[in-house]
Amino acid sequence: MAKSITLTIDKTKVTVSEGTLVVDAAKKAGIDIPVFCYHPKMEPVGMCRQCLVEIGRPMVDRATGQPILEADGTPKVQFMPKLETACTNTVSEGMVVLTETERAKQGQKEILELLLTNHPLDCPICDKGGECPLQNLTLAHGPEQSRFLFEDKQRQEKNVALGDMIFIDRERCIQCARCIRFQDKIAGDAVLGFYQRGRSTDVVTFSDPGFDSVFSGNTTDICPVGALTSVDFRFGARPWEMKNAPSICNQCPVGCNVTYNVRREAKAGGSYVIKRARPRQNEQVNEIWMCDKGRFASHHYTESPARLKQDPASMAASIQQAAALITANKGDMVILAGENLTNEELFNLRGFAHSAKGQIYAYGKMGGGDLTAAYGLTAGSNLGDLGKGDTIVVAASDLYHEAPIWYLRIKAAAQRGANLVVLNGRHTKLDEYASFVVRYAYGDEPQVVRGLVTKDKIGAAINDAKNLVVFYGSDGLGLDGTTNLANACASLVRNRAGKPNNGLVGVWQSANTQGAWELGIKPAADLAKAVAGKVVYIIAADPVGDDPSLAQALSHAKAVIAQDVVSTATTAIATVVLPAQAHTEREGTFTSAERRVQRLYQAIPAPSGTKSDLALTAEVANACGVELEGKAAILVMKKLVASEKAFAKITYEDLAKVGDQWPDVGSADLYFGGTSYKNTQGLGSHLAYVTGFVNLAEPKPTQRVAENTLVAIPVTKLFDQGTMVLPAANLRGRIDQPTVSVGKAVATKYALVGGEEVKIKLNGTENSAKVAIDDSLAADVVLVPRSYGFAISQPCAVELLVKQPDRLGGN
Amino acid sequence: MEHYLLRHRDVANIHKLDVYRANGGFDALKKAVTSMQPQQIIDEVKTSGLRGRGGAGFPTGVKWSFLPNNSWPHYVVCNADESEPGTFKDREIMEKNPFQFLEGVALACYAVGANEGYIYLRGEFFGIRNFLDECIAEMEAAGLLGDKLFGTNYSLRLKTHLGAGAYICGEETALLESIEGKRGQPRVRPPFPAVVGLYGKPTVINNVETLANLPLIVDKGAVWYRTMGTEKSPGVKVFSLSGNVVRPGNYELPLGTTFRELIFTHGGGIPDGRKVKGIMPAGASSSIIRVDDTTFDTVMDTPMDYENVQNVGSLLGSASVIIIDDSHDMDWVINKTVHFFKHESCGKCTPCRDGNYWMYHIVDRIHEGHGSQKDLALLMSVANQVNGKCLCALGDFSTMAVTSALERFPEDFNKKVKA
Amino acid sequence: MSLTEKYNEEVKAILAKYPNKRSAVMPLLYLAQREGGFVTKESMAEIGAMLGMETTEVAAIVGFYSLYHDEQAGKYRMQVCADLPCALRGADKFLETLCSNLGVKVGETTSDGMITVESVMCLAGCDRAPMFQVQDGDVVTYHENMTIDKTMELVEALRAAGKEVK
Ligand SMILES: Cc1cc2nc3c(=O)[nH]c(=O)nc-3n(C[C@H](O)[C@H](O)[C@H](O)COP(=O)(O)O)c2cc1C
Ligand code: SF4
Ligand code: FES
Repeated sequence: MAKSITLTIDKTKVTVSEGTLVVDAAKKAGIDIPVFCYHPKMEPVGMCRQCLVEIGRPMVDRATGQPILEADGTPKVQFMPKLETACTNTVSEGMVVLTETERAKQGQKEILELLLTNHPLDCPICDKGGECPLQNLTLAHGPEQSRFLFEDKQRQEKNVALGDMIFIDRERCIQCARCIRFQDKIAGDAVLGFYQRGRSTDVVTFSDPGFDSVFSGNTTDICPVGALTSVDFRFGARPWEMKNAPSICNQCPVGCNVTYNVRREAKAGGSYVIKRARPRQNEQVNEIWMCDKGRFASHHYTESPARLKQDPASMAASIQQAAALITANKGDMVILAGENLTNEELFNLRGFAHSAKGQIYAYGKMGGGDLTAAYGLTAGSNLGDLGKGDTIVVAASDLYHEAPIWYLRIKAAAQRGANLVVLNGRHTKLDEYASFVVRYAYGDEPQVVRGLVTKDKIGAAINDAKNLVVFYGSDGLGLDGTTNLANACASLVRNRAGKPNNGLVGVWQSANTQGAWELGIKPAADLAKAVAGKVVYIIAADPVGDDPSLAQALSHAKAVIAQDVVSTATTAIATVVLPAQAHTEREGTFTSAERRVQRLYQAIPAPSGTKSDLALTAEVANACGVELEGKAAILVMKKLVASEKAFAKITYEDLAKVGDQWPDVGSADLYFGGTSYKNTQGLGSHLAYVTGFVNLAEPKPTQRVAENTLVAIPVTKLFDQGTMVLPAANLRGRIDQPTVSVGKAVATKYALVGGEEVKIKLNGTENSAKVAIDDSLAADVVLVPRSYGFAISQPCAVELLVKQPDRLGGN
Repeated sequence: MEHYLLRHRDVANIHKLDVYRANGGFDALKKAVTSMQPQQIIDEVKTSGLRGRGGAGFPTGVKWSFLPNNSWPHYVVCNADESEPGTFKDREIMEKNPFQFLEGVALACYAVGANEGYIYLRGEFFGIRNFLDECIAEMEAAGLLGDKLFGTNYSLRLKTHLGAGAYICGEETALLESIEGKRGQPRVRPPFPAVVGLYGKPTVINNVETLANLPLIVDKGAVWYRTMGTEKSPGVKVFSLSGNVVRPGNYELPLGTTFRELIFTHGGGIPDGRKVKGIMPAGASSSIIRVDDTTFDTVMDTPMDYENVQNVGSLLGSASVIIIDDSHDMDWVINKTVHFFKHESCGKCTPCRDGNYWMYHIVDRIHEGHGSQKDLALLMSVANQVNGKCLCALGDFSTMAVTSALERFPEDFNKKVKA
Repeated sequence: MSLTEKYNEEVKAILAKYPNKRSAVMPLLYLAQREGGFVTKESMAEIGAMLGMETTEVAAIVGFYSLYHDEQAGKYRMQVCADLPCALRGADKFLETLCSNLGVKVGETTSDGMITVESVMCLAGCDRAPMFQVQDGDVVTYHENMTIDKTMELVEALRAAGKEVK
């Protein structure tokens, strides 16, 4: 425990731990010292000088080391001749800080006036207007009239695209470097920098593509002025016209807490529209950050023109038709449940399947969830607590693409001193922060993981770790491969089961995969077999669009009932289609891969012609004679809780609770944390550890693709061509044309140069793609991205068809 | 008088290693490394009263004693950035008496237990850098640098690092950033470089001239050293004399020499029968001392040392004495200085970045004859607004000439502005 | 051609010099500037890759220091000090005359593309004003106690030397 220090700030006595900055100590005491460059998540730099205060320290007699006292016996306090910055000074015992004195206020005012000399007065048309710290401070303390001559103002460019998502207005920038420091220190993508110096200092990017980072949107939150704006929201709305709706991002298993800003729009016929997504503080999940996919893609699919809607009569008919199909083929129903469905919806679907004597499978591509349910994280776990003495293992996952916020938090843990072991068949960005990087040949994953404990240093890092968290993913692995890998990974943590900050985490491809596994809903080992001759009820999944081989499999089904938000390749082949609602329109809960259950609130009213998945399923079931609760998610949760041990303590009330969080963001001052939102709607709760022991299978040798062939390795890209990403028009620039990567050896053999186009042939399909060269790749592999239209779910043989074979030198 | 720092003026070819050695060169280093404890050297330098010649005049031995002994390695960094307008002394020492300087660097390294020393030169000193690299190579060849110096276990390497045009890199923390391959912008202090310096390690930063004094002190002793200069400012100093004087140049004189002696005896007085109007004793960063018929003698008889220059309203700084004669108006002078600081402000902190931009526009307006009385008041106010609030001293420096000129030479401004 | 191809030995020596990779950025930038007199974006990217820095981080250095350039100018940059000490000794006048002799304004390049005249801050040659430095890629040469005549002779010499290189 750090020592406690007591100091006085404007007559208030404050006790904080040693090392606390004066500005934070003040904040804790409810005193706002204005800041611009300081951000509680970053090291102070003392550059803007806005936080000037008077600081006095008790005088000590040099000779005796004793405090010097005033006549009245109180310690004599010495003030510095100059004002000092509250953001760079740490507290000390007996310190006296004056923030309200004439001198301090004058100093702050003077800095403000200097900042305003070149800042434009365009608040009325500025996106930040209404939530701008500079505007607030200016209104409160600013000079009424400018002493700076307007004609001396530096004219600068106002609409400069830094990348495809972020624009900068150079006149508004106050050179606080928050954006640059965020990108460098927190995101680890140092793609913003200052150019020139003095008054000519500008924020620039030289990356290719511009502002090449998946965290770019966060800079618009922490920019204390309207210099950085997002293409997504620019000129979209005024902050005060919008309502804040809490939600959970549905794009990956991290479960970032978000706030959707919504307002009614004439353009939308007077209905509510989501204008933007912003992070909502949850220090245990996403802190105050979110990735660009969540920010820019998580809500646009709801407005897609492909949105499914039916008038009441046709909807009723669809429901009847679905029920008739199911009843007519009693016992032959197979439910394929998307892993983006809520816990409540999955629970209901499971109930339906059981009662109707059918089967239910999760539409997932990874295994091992039974192990993450048994040995996953439990209450009290927080990646933000990991540091020195702890160890994190990341196997077969490219977290930067698969779960960017974990990438951030694991990187930070490593920078705090945690041991980080990264295992992969190729270089991933997390390698840079790893204490140990292990390269394996694709297919050897489980053996390599099992072998870790026998390695000198890595073994020690794992065995002696105070806390150990193991992440495993699906880089290069299908269902079998991930199941094997999960077994191997579980062997590292199972003797720590139930201990906070220890456990196994699956880097799932969907938001509620963990929830499905907790409810015992698993992917089918052989989906084609499972659906042949059956009535297949598919909810929130698009197997036909994902994978040509699944399309083939479904052609052998007796009938397909497809329930989704937008029309997909699967709804196109379905006999019956049911129009569902988006995650922003429903209620319920998701279970993150860290086993945290979090509430999804309705952010906007659903459009007419749609129904929630709960309602649709209940109505279909009822028509089949199966009673299901379909009115409210909370009522389903009550049943769920009664039936599932891990959920036993979960209540909607608890999920909605918020304890104290630091830093204190989102209050009126807006300095701390920028425009990320205060969490007033709940931090969620962990599922309980349910004692029990799962037998770990010995690692099966992974089925190898035939020798001497090129092997396609499936990998996940953050921005892919998935149904939820593509509708986000602004992101198109980031969704590159499909790119496959090869190593130097393959490039040489096929005489390939980076950037050229090739045809690739796998599982009987042929697609073209751009080639990238990745030096870290082995001689026999080709990386193929998922969700780009390639027929790939696990490693398979691949052929490269080079356009001009004559280059190969005639053989 | 004998030269101790500008020894080349007395001894021909002292820039050659054999000549330097034939004249006692490297005896001090050998004596130190073979027969003295590092602490003894620190004590000797403390006793000598040597104060930093880079501008702040901080006691060198005291600075060295701040390095913690629980964090290694230690580094010595020599500040050869010499960018203050009016300063050109370090350059002459390095060009003409390089080995005495390098011996000084080596002594500082030994004293603080550093095995590596960096010499940071302003980018314009491209030629000097090449020359010093040759000198260092010669020293290595002669066994004066490298492993096991003089048969002891002490090893030492010196490296040069070339800046690329930025006055701010003379500020010690900006200088460290620059060596580390970053933009040369000052760091927040504390921690001070003595604790967290180059590559995060304890670091001593000293000016070229400061270091060039060390062989003298180690060789001849602190007591001898104190026979020169004044009680509080002992030793010799190289004064860079520039501006309106007959013989500008460097003059090595004891600290405490009067302005009169420097300007008139050595500098040959003011050309063209003009009169001294202002003196900037610390380059462009100075408060301008007003010299007129009533103050002439007081100023001229003021000893140039760290204490007395304050009595005439300025600071000694790096002792780059710029003489301004009565053909110049002060609005022109500060137009030059503010232009300099606006150009050199690193842009990291608000008051310096925006304040200099603002001051520049006001001064320019006044100088061009478009200013008003209100602009004079505004200028004063903005300068005071900048002063004392910046991240490093550059911001304060930028206001010195402005406020002193406005206060002390009001007539120059009043005649320029509209009522 | 890349820097490593062009100056392999020098690059190696620079990289070996420092305990911390990033410190090599300034010397490498000089190298990058040697031939064309300015740093190309390709060189910035190459240096970044060598040192584990983003191109943007390298560019931030180029932008900060006044002796690095990101744009082509004349083969020789004649950088005249017009700062206070030199100005007290007539530097402004000198610069003006030089410009009119060359037929350019400050910041401009002579029509043959050989000489760019720039006005710079103090170069530590105050006692020898008028003075200037000539920057030729990564090489800087001082010229002090100059007169216009001597300067024009130098200009001719530079022009001759520059043509030879071209
Ligand atoms: C803006 C600024 C510029 C400076 N320039 C120089 C310089 O060019 N040379 C120098 O030796 N010290 C310069 N200094 C002082 C250094 O920061 C530092 O105090 C000095 O190098 C310490 O060495 P010393 O103790 O030997 O004087 C400068 C300081 C500031 C604030
Ligand atoms: S763009 Fe915003 S965050 Fe970045 S430096 Fe400018 S004001 Fe600060
Ligand atoms: S200097 Fe303290 S907030 Fe910027």
